[in-house]
Amino acid sequence: MHTKTIAELSKLLAAGEVSSEELTRSYLERIRKHQPALNAFITVTEDDALEAAKEADLLRKNGQAGALTGIPIAQKDIFCTDGVKTSCGSKMLDNFIAPYDATVVERMKRAGTVMLGKTNMDEFAMGSSNETSFYGSVKNPWDVTKVPGGSSGGSSAAMAARLAAGTTGTDTGGSIRQPAALTNLTGFKPTYGRVSRYGMIAFASSLDQAGTITATVEDAAMLLNVIAGFDERDSTCVNEPVPDYTATLDADIRGLKIGVPKEFFDDGLDDKVAQCVRDALTVYESMGATLVDVSLPNLGLSVPTYYVVAPAECSSNLSRFDGVRFGYRCENPVSLEDLYKRSRGEGFGAEVKRRIMTGTYVLSAGYYDAYYLKAQKTRELIKEDFCRAFENVDVLMGPTTPTAAFGIGEKSDDPITMYLNDIYVNGANLAGVPGMSVPMGFVDGLPVGLQIIGNYFAEAKMLNVAHRYQQETDWHTKLPKGFE
Amino acid sequence: MALTPDDVKSIAHLARLEIRETDISAYTDNLSRILDFVKQLEAADCDGVAPMAHPLDMSQRLRADEVIEHDQRDRYQQNAPQVDAGLYLVPKVIE
Repeated sequence: MHTKTIAELSKLLAAGEVSSEELTRSYLERIRKHQPALNAFITVTEDDALEAAKEADLLRKNGQAGALTGIPIAQKDIFCTDGVKTSCGSKMLDNFIAPYDATVVERMKRAGTVMLGKTNMDEFAMGSSNETSFYGSVKNPWDVTKVPGGSSGGSSAAMAARLAAGTTGTDTGGSIRQPAALTNLTGFKPTYGRVSRYGMIAFASSLDQAGTITATVEDAAMLLNVIAGFDERDSTCVNEPVPDYTATLDADIRGLKIGVPKEFFDDGLDDKVAQCVRDALTVYESMGATLVDVSLPNLGLSVPTYYVVAPAECSSNLSRFDGVRFGYRCENPVSLEDLYKRSRGEGFGAEVKRRIMTGTYVLSAGYYDAYYLKAQKTRELIKEDFCRAFENVDVLMGPTTPTAAFGIGEKSDDPITMYLNDIYVNGANLAGVPGMSVPMGFVDGLPVGLQIIGNYFAEAKMLNVAHRYQQETDWHTKLPKGFE
Repeated sequence: MALTPDDVKSIAHLARLEIRETDISAYTDNLSRILDFVKQLEAADCDGVAPMAHPLDMSQRLRADEVIEHDQRDRYQQNAPQVDAGLYLVPKVIE
């Protein structure tokens, strides 16, 4: 049953061939079996899940079921869940029981999904390997010596091992697309403001966006149908109508213009990954799409721009963790300053502290203009590159990552090497445009992803384009050994 | 852009972070390298470019100043390290 997609399970549930309780029990059993090896979950909410499953079955019996009623899912532990520990992968919030639901959680509950638990993640979503989690690193089901990507690495590992039918993630600088690419999954980051950030623990507020990591594009469309849309409680959430993303999945893509940015094929790109991209583009040509050479001349500035903007915003956002109202407090503080400093010094991990200090520095008196103001200008240049490209093409395509999954511990000593892993994904966050990754093949036995970037609010188009690719290829159906 | 250990201590103080003495040299090295790395932005020609305020050029939405949430102090304070009679307790600030 675990190999079925959300779309397939939805039909089986509707036909009465399986109950949500049976499904939920079978996923909980899989979690019990594989959690020790993968460490994909921080919290498993077994009792709540079974109760929600029974409720879903009752709703169905009463004829009140929707497409997602009874579907077992997992939430990234960055989303607040009423009455359930919400740690954000940090010692700082190890004791935090969220007093309310994030909008994403609330909407998925309302749609009848069953939450199995909260997935592991890099601490405060800062990382590309899931090695910065207070709860330990997560293992990639394709090779447990490799990282599952990050920061949504618990979601990608859980989904790759089929420990849930669908998962959520957040993407500030690639944290949905990169882990999806490294685990053979479909990762979708909507336009900035498309999904409410209310109750999603803030990292860099001008970049953060919630999305999904699923087995297929169709499943992503089904979840996006529920989580996208206006929310008064997030002042950056955009009040634009939400189309039915599943309705246009099968639309004809003949005549589609695909922009291929030459900057995506730089020296850092692994030759075999480049070949996979070329193969994927050939599939698109055979479906009637046209390839157009485009240039994003300032894309090379995206990682340094990101590593000014994101730490600056993080240093501000994370100042709320002060050991006073919630979260970790040091023992026996002798003064208020001692309380602040030791609570934060002991409660945050090394990468979070590095970013807070980087952010504090670039915002400090005398340096603001040289770093932050300059980065907001280069950010504008990067955005203008994307806007110019979309005057001539429908979507952009390229690799999601320069290489397949790297080894656990391989890059954790060098922040710059780790940061450069996100070279192709940071741009979409800086510009605010939607981006996604779909499975496009394997390099030495490890999966790699095709990145598709769309214009603002072009989610339906992107899902259509990606879905058609999954109709022509079967990469997304491959499962890691031992999890079939 | 080489930071000194004293720079790191002063940044850590601004951020209200206690950094162990033994970790100062690693942070000095890491932060210097990060700042060196982002320094390449200097070379970008941004003459006449307005700094981005919002990716969608939106302005902040406003709402009427009405009470929309009810008091849940007791519930929220369940997450607090130390409270008394509805107040958050911290070490004595004024002697």
